[in-house]
Amino acid sequence: MSKKEKSLLKRILIAGGFFAVLLPVYQLEMVHGPPRLELLLFLIPYAIIGWDILWKAARNISRGQVFDENFLMSIATIGAFFLGEYAEGVAVMLFYQVGELFQSHAVSKSRRSIADLMDIRPDYANVMRNGALVQVDPEEVAVGDTIVVKPGERIPLDGVITDGCSTLDTSALTGESAPRDVEVGQDVISGCINQTGVLTIEVRKEFGQSTVAKVLELVENASDKKSRSENFITRFARYYTPAVVYAAIALSVIPPLVTGQPLFLWIERALTFLVISCPCALVISVPLSFFGGIGGASKCGVLVKGSNYLELLADAETVVFDKTGTLTKGNFVVSEIHPQGLSQEQLLELAAYTEHFSSHPIATSIQAAYGKAVDPERIKEIEEIAGHGIRALIDDREVLAGNTKLMRLKGISYSDDTPVGTVVYLAVDGTYGGYILISDEIKADAPKAIQELKEIGIRQTVMLTGDADAVGQKVASRLKLDKAYTELLPADKVERLEELMAEKSQKKMLVFVGDGINDAPVLARADIGIAMGGLGSDAAIEAADIVIMTDEPSKIATVIKISKKTLGIVWQNIIFALAVKAIVLILGALGYANMWGAVFADVGVSILAILNAIRALNVNAFLPAKQNR
Amino acid sequence: MKKIIKLQDLDCANCAAKIENAIAKLDGVIDVKVNFMGQKMTLEAPDEQFDNVLAQAQKAARNIESDLVFLG
Repeated sequence: MSKKEKSLLKRILIAGGFFAVLLPVYQLEMVHGPPRLELLLFLIPYAIIGWDILWKAARNISRGQVFDENFLMSIATIGAFFLGEYAEGVAVMLFYQVGELFQSHAVSKSRRSIADLMDIRPDYANVMRNGALVQVDPEEVAVGDTIVVKPGERIPLDGVITDGCSTLDTSALTGESAPRDVEVGQDVISGCINQTGVLTIEVRKEFGQSTVAKVLELVENASDKKSRSENFITRFARYYTPAVVYAAIALSVIPPLVTGQPLFLWIERALTFLVISCPCALVISVPLSFFGGIGGASKCGVLVKGSNYLELLADAETVVFDKTGTLTKGNFVVSEIHPQGLSQEQLLELAAYTEHFSSHPIATSIQAAYGKAVDPERIKEIEEIAGHGIRALIDDREVLAGNTKLMRLKGISYSDDTPVGTVVYLAVDGTYGGYILISDEIKADAPKAIQELKEIGIRQTVMLTGDADAVGQKVASRLKLDKAYTELLPADKVERLEELMAEKSQKKMLVFVGDGINDAPVLARADIGIAMGGLGSDAAIEAADIVIMTDEPSKIATVIKISKKTLGIVWQNIIFALAVKAIVLILGALGYANMWGAVFADVGVSILAILNAIRALNVNAFLPAKQNR
Repeated sequence: MKKIIKLQDLDCANCAAKIENAIAKLDGVIDVKVNFMGQKMTLEAPDEQFDNVLAQAQKAARNIESDLVFLG
């Protein structure tokens, strides 16, 4: 609790205690003192709890700021005292302050928990200066400096490892709990925690440009971009308070003139109006909900650049994907092995030996699939036939590995019914030995990602790719996408996207998901652009509205769910607060609700709305199960 | 010039909105955002006028929320 909150709490307790003693004494008419004494006694807790409100109200009026909550509370309570309702006067002030205290505490608490969440700012860097290690502020480290990160420390700046190996905890940035292994030559990003070994790193980016600074800046500024509902509430608040005040004046004057009923009765009802005229519950709970939603999303490894994007995302109807790097890993792996007359292992072994000296991506993928060390002694001869493949002598057998042209060149009959993708045919001593299929690998969670999007009500999933039609269609059908456009040039992608934008329902949103590499125009053109694998890619962070820090497309459904939950909370609060206020206003005007009811309703609504708003921060349901322990 | 100013004791979201409106109306202010959740303000004004605008903004903000402190 801050100093200010503590002193307010003290005043509430003292005034409350005083009030709790006074109230039964006078309610039960145990004392029959002169009315002056009663007034004086009730003025003591009133002064203790309300002096600052009265003072602020007086000062603000002198500055021409009339309609603020201090003024309203002062008028309502002073009015109550004039009507002889001393207890009501004190109670309204007391409960109003309880509400203020709660609100201030809840807001600072949720701000702090979001700040903790984003506590990825490194405090220092151990930098080599003249052969000695010095601890300095990360901002003082220059590009090219050498820094040392010990186990348990946070990597302060982006760079490349020059010595040491370790495992890194990237969870603060990605929400991913599995540690990442790193070794010499690999790039590391700031904000990760070094877990096991000492790392020597050559700095590649100064602090202001490093990942951690960019992420922090992005999240801190996210609530600057206000959502429609926030703007709605701010506008609403501007008219609501004056409207209620004028209604209160009308209520106190007109009915007595018309009906001839006593003036004080209607003044009391009008004061009830003033108690309920503060729009605070709404004005605070809406941005608090968005702030919580953005904080919760970053906990899941998704950076949302503004409240407005989080709001729009709830209306997503169409999700358009780029293929390579988004739905697929963008690397080649052996996906099928079809031997003929050999075992699978034999076929793969022969292929790995034949491709041993090649550094072509296809060769690399075959070697990776083989996974064992190659004994170069067994390779006698090796000859590359450009555009065809490789001929090698392995264990004194002639092995051919290459495309269909190679098979035809050497007069080998091969089976033609091969699947789509890159195929390596193999022949041993002039006999066909089978083929190995190499294709771009679909990301492990891509099928789940598409399925979840369908489950949360996305009408259409579309894929755009520059890849060959056969390859693209295969990926699309395996992932059960609704549409796939293939063989597109970058400019065609924008055109297709515009067609899709024209097709969708007017108020619904189109989301484009890409990896940020060469699809920046499409990211910008879509209603909401989501970039994947934001770690270390500046272009993606710049171009997109939402950045998914990991490589998982399933995070798209996660952030849409967070968006829907946040929006749900926002509208619950708006409707609930307005409904309660409207009911109390009506009951007050009819004389069924007194000031007690009004203050309970007002403070109660505030507290419930804030508690509800804080729910937006809780995203445990969307995190992987292992983190839920 | 654009500067982020930390705010202390910005107590109510409604006041934050009022402060933002009041500062936006000042002469020389290009853009202003009062971020209640972040307890900070982003003020943009021409370089040569900046200090003057900042002083005016502070005055305007104090008129609405007297406890408010600009931490610079």
